[in-house]
Amino acid sequence: MSAFIFRRLLSLIPLLLGITMLVFILMSLAPGDFLTPVKAQRDVPAELIQAIEIEFGLDRPWYVQYWKWLGNVAQGNLGHSWAYKLPVVDLIGQRLWATFLLSVSAFVFAWGIAIPLGVLAAVYKDSIFDRIASALAYAALSIPEFFLALLFVFVAAQTGWFPLGGATSIEYDYLNWFGKIGDRAYHLILPTLALGIGSVASIMRIMRANFLDTMRAEYVTTARAKGLSEFAVIFKHTLRNAINPLVSSFGFAFSGLLSGALMVEIVLQYPGIGQLMYQSILREDQFVVLASVMMGCSMLVLGNLLADILLAWSDPRIRLEKKK
Amino acid sequence: MIIFSIFREVLRRPLGAVSLAVLVALYAAAVFADFFAPYATNEQDLDRTYHPPTALFFQDGGLQVQAYELVDPTEAKYEKIVGQGYPIHFFGKGFEYRFLGLFKTQRHLFTIQEDAGRVYLLGSDSTGRDVFSRLIFGSRVSLFIGLLGITITTTLGFLVGGLSGYFGGRMDFVAMRLVEFMMAMPGLYLLLALRSALAPHFASDQMFFVIILILSLIGWAGTARVLRGMTLSLRQNQYVMAAESMGQSPVVILRKHILPNLVSYLLVAATLSIPGYILGEAALSFLGLGIQEPSASWGLMLSQAQDVKVFYLNFWWLLTPGFAIFVTVIAYNVLGDVLRDVVDPKMKTR
Repeated sequence: MSAFIFRRLLSLIPLLLGITMLVFILMSLAPGDFLTPVKAQRDVPAELIQAIEIEFGLDRPWYVQYWKWLGNVAQGNLGHSWAYKLPVVDLIGQRLWATFLLSVSAFVFAWGIAIPLGVLAAVYKDSIFDRIASALAYAALSIPEFFLALLFVFVAAQTGWFPLGGATSIEYDYLNWFGKIGDRAYHLILPTLALGIGSVASIMRIMRANFLDTMRAEYVTTARAKGLSEFAVIFKHTLRNAINPLVSSFGFAFSGLLSGALMVEIVLQYPGIGQLMYQSILREDQFVVLASVMMGCSMLVLGNLLADILLAWSDPRIRLEKKK
Repeated sequence: MIIFSIFREVLRRPLGAVSLAVLVALYAAAVFADFFAPYATNEQDLDRTYHPPTALFFQDGGLQVQAYELVDPTEAKYEKIVGQGYPIHFFGKGFEYRFLGLFKTQRHLFTIQEDAGRVYLLGSDSTGRDVFSRLIFGSRVSLFIGLLGITITTTLGFLVGGLSGYFGGRMDFVAMRLVEFMMAMPGLYLLLALRSALAPHFASDQMFFVIILILSLIGWAGTARVLRGMTLSLRQNQYVMAAESMGQSPVVILRKHILPNLVSYLLVAATLSIPGYILGEAALSFLGLGIQEPSASWGLMLSQAQDVKVFYLNFWWLLTPGFAIFVTVIAYNVLGDVLRDVVDPKMKTR
């Protein structure tokens, strides 16, 4: 297993190299560079600008710049953000944590609701509940995340029940440990809902279809025939088998959340990595864009890896095959 | 033709007929936008900003538009003038346009007297432009980006997927690594990066094509991968071998023997992925990176609804573009599902 994980992590390297190179080429195609606005600022000394130009090789073609940048990254220096006047590492750290929290909470919300709903819809197939759930799922799948987020902002502004934007309140630093968690959770409610509702629908539909497929399997009939309770049949024999295909879509779902998080973060002004990436692109804050794209892709690959590990854990067939 | 029989079968199912009817209505509105819209995209009226949707009532044997007066300009509060209204003229005269680009006309579906006031079926925006008219004009961009985008990606996907599935070998290896690379990047991140690189090289009225280009560049990978797999299994068939042994060229084989077998899959996949393009355009324009003012698109109109004023003063009608997107996407999704049922009940496209 550890060899497998190692190999997957190793495959991350060419991927990240390719992606950062692509971003480098794309950004060098755009006119001007991130120093253009800096040069316009009077309080930045010319020597400093020159020093940076030499450090990152900005006066050279993009492949030389890329090589320089790679060298800096290898030493743990992701560069400096001009818009925020912070080292990129510090900036990304905060934002990554916020996006990770949002993705995880949307994920827990989506799976926690979708799986029971999908099972219920499958067990009571063609009942009124099933029909209503399917119709709602259809609607939820078709509503764009950013529009949903916009509707939430509208509701929040009209009712005043939820905070408008941000990940924490102003008085966050003065709260005790318990209050801090509560404050974070309170700010997470709307983004989680906006991000999670679409996934609830899609997971529910897959779960329902899988469950119906599995219920037709012969081992389920056998389990019933040998007199097991309906509870044991559904939870022990059907659910565990029906959930496997879902686990393998875990990584995919995670990537979807990550992409969706970008729009939700922007509309709900949640300070995550997507919002950072958007603002940095507008400001041509090159190193921040590079770092956030890198982090985004890494989270995606790690999500896929986690999915494979989970699949091995939940499906003995895969686990045993590996041992041979 | 297989397409016609599929089409007939879709119409026979209630959900298929309804969704198809909705789409036909939407596209008809987009094509005949000048006729349906009472005002041009940019006809401002600074005396009537954030006007609520005008009420309609029956009087003197005709449909009338309720007259309003501005009570509080700072909060954009309008009140009805009881009993006063302006008659609606069907097929009356409004702004001049070229009907389908053929001949000039001034006829519109409905207008009211120009000096009387304005008819705002869905209210007005921050500069007094008619939201209903902009919605209809915006549908041109939003709806046709989906169709054009999917045409490009499907062609590209078929070329790459078909060729690499058919020939295999080194080309297949390179193409598939490229596909995996494209699929490993979060879509919206790539979208933003591409847009920032490409946009400065184009004028703002060419944005429509830039967006299509970007969306197609991102979208082809998934199609190519699936089509490669299908081509790979199709080429094992005896009729392909027969064609090969008769000395037909690969291009002819791909076009005559492989493509017809992929048509039904392509039809379903295309229908189900068009919403992605519509949403992609909406997202870009919403972020201010897509279609630019003064043109109209649904995403662009929604970005106007992000104003704090809109939230607190409850200008709900500015959110209607979102509902338009929602209706379009749901119609495509339903149609796609019905198509899938018709073509092959066991097929899994996602």
